[in-house]
Amino acid sequence: MTETIVAIGTRKGLWIARSDDRSTWSLEGPHFLMSEVASVAIDTREGRSSLLAGVKSWHWGPTVQSSTDGGRTWTESAERALAFPADTDTALERVWQLTPDPNDADVVWAGVEPHALFKSTDRGEHYELVRGLWDHPHRPSWEPGFGGGAVHTIVPEPGHPESVLVAMSAGGVYRSSDGGETWVPSNPGIRAGFMPDNEYPEYGQCVHKVARGQGDGELFAQNHNGVYRSHDNGATWDSIADGLPTDFGFTVLAHPRRAGVVWVVPVADAGERIPPDAQLQVQRSEDAGATWRQQATGLPDHSYTCVLRDAAALDSADPVGVYLGTRNGDVFASADEGESFQRIATQLPDVLVVRAAQIA
Amino acid sequence: MPSAPVRVILPGMLRDLVGGVSEIEVESPADSQTVAQLLDRAFAEHRVLDGKVRDERGQIRRHVKVFVNGEDATRGDGVGTPVPAGARVHIINAVSGG
Repeated sequence: MTETIVAIGTRKGLWIARSDDRSTWSLEGPHFLMSEVASVAIDTREGRSSLLAGVKSWHWGPTVQSSTDGGRTWTESAERALAFPADTDTALERVWQLTPDPNDADVVWAGVEPHALFKSTDRGEHYELVRGLWDHPHRPSWEPGFGGGAVHTIVPEPGHPESVLVAMSAGGVYRSSDGGETWVPSNPGIRAGFMPDNEYPEYGQCVHKVARGQGDGELFAQNHNGVYRSHDNGATWDSIADGLPTDFGFTVLAHPRRAGVVWVVPVADAGERIPPDAQLQVQRSEDAGATWRQQATGLPDHSYTCVLRDAAALDSADPVGVYLGTRNGDVFASADEGESFQRIATQLPDVLVVRAAQIA
Repeated sequence: MPSAPVRVILPGMLRDLVGGVSEIEVESPADSQTVAQLLDRAFAEHRVLDGKVRDERGQIRRHVKVFVNGEDATRGDGVGTPVPAGARVHIINAVSGG
């Protein structure tokens, strides 16, 4: 029997919501109480029901925890399984992203703070620093965003194991076409309005999240002021912010089967960081960002919260489920592609990451 | 005549990771040892503790304190602080956060 699980990582622990029908939900947790859970991956490759979580104890440092039973029990990874090599004289601050690779069921990518990418070839048990990005000559110029300086987004390309894209605040988008050996900045068309002179630099953009769509070479990006689409796998970008209530936000989601279908969660402004008109909402496009419409049924008005970059997710069911977690500890779920939402968790700590999947 | 061993006292939050062990006794070497050398010896059989107390550079984590005979080593020479024979070394999770 298939079960839908929603992993909810917060500032103070991890909760798991479960449902057999996406209508009635149970909530279990917390796991890792008083530890920050900034990243979660649900690994369903080859029929698995495995989870990985980037967990940070404020006292005892960051670790990767894993579960092979759908999040019910957890095991800490081997000692220093994800750690910087001695020659870097660098210490791991936080695991921001865990991404199972669609091309190799043993590969898991990890994006971390400070800005770095790690790769595991044993399903997340051990990780190795991707030297090509670490040694990039631009790295000393990458600035931390408000939340820290990290590789927060990893987008492999299905069917092309040599092609990987990463995004970071504030370094921008970088792409590798040789499996991570070498990297090039890839931000043409992405505006960096906060820069004093050149608003279209080669790199340094504050990209908040990138999602891969189903169109050929289709990518979507939500930036610090700016929403973009690429039709050429990130080589160039075009603004698709017209028609949105605001071009600011943190997250972007792309339909797992339908080209051109994309959601963003608009945020009023960088200086306000609340929903537009205090109405929590998603904006959906079915034409790759040419037009947008609001979806807010079941989402609260008079809302002064915010959805962070990884606190939104889709599942893979039909119709697709849409999930949002807020900084005031609510989690909303839609079983009809965003047309209506219900609250499935409340009064949690601030939500940092949400991931959803159907598992056996 | 052998030197008195050093006693490393663990905080409650770490004891669960090592089967309830609350204290680790470490032989004092003939010459003096630093906090780093002491922790190397103390954690040799309890590797899980090392990653909790020190980062991969060998530095004591920001919100962890190591007291040597009541003195906060993290305010002094850090992991280079000398540890005399017979010392009592407390590892403490700092009172921090909100």
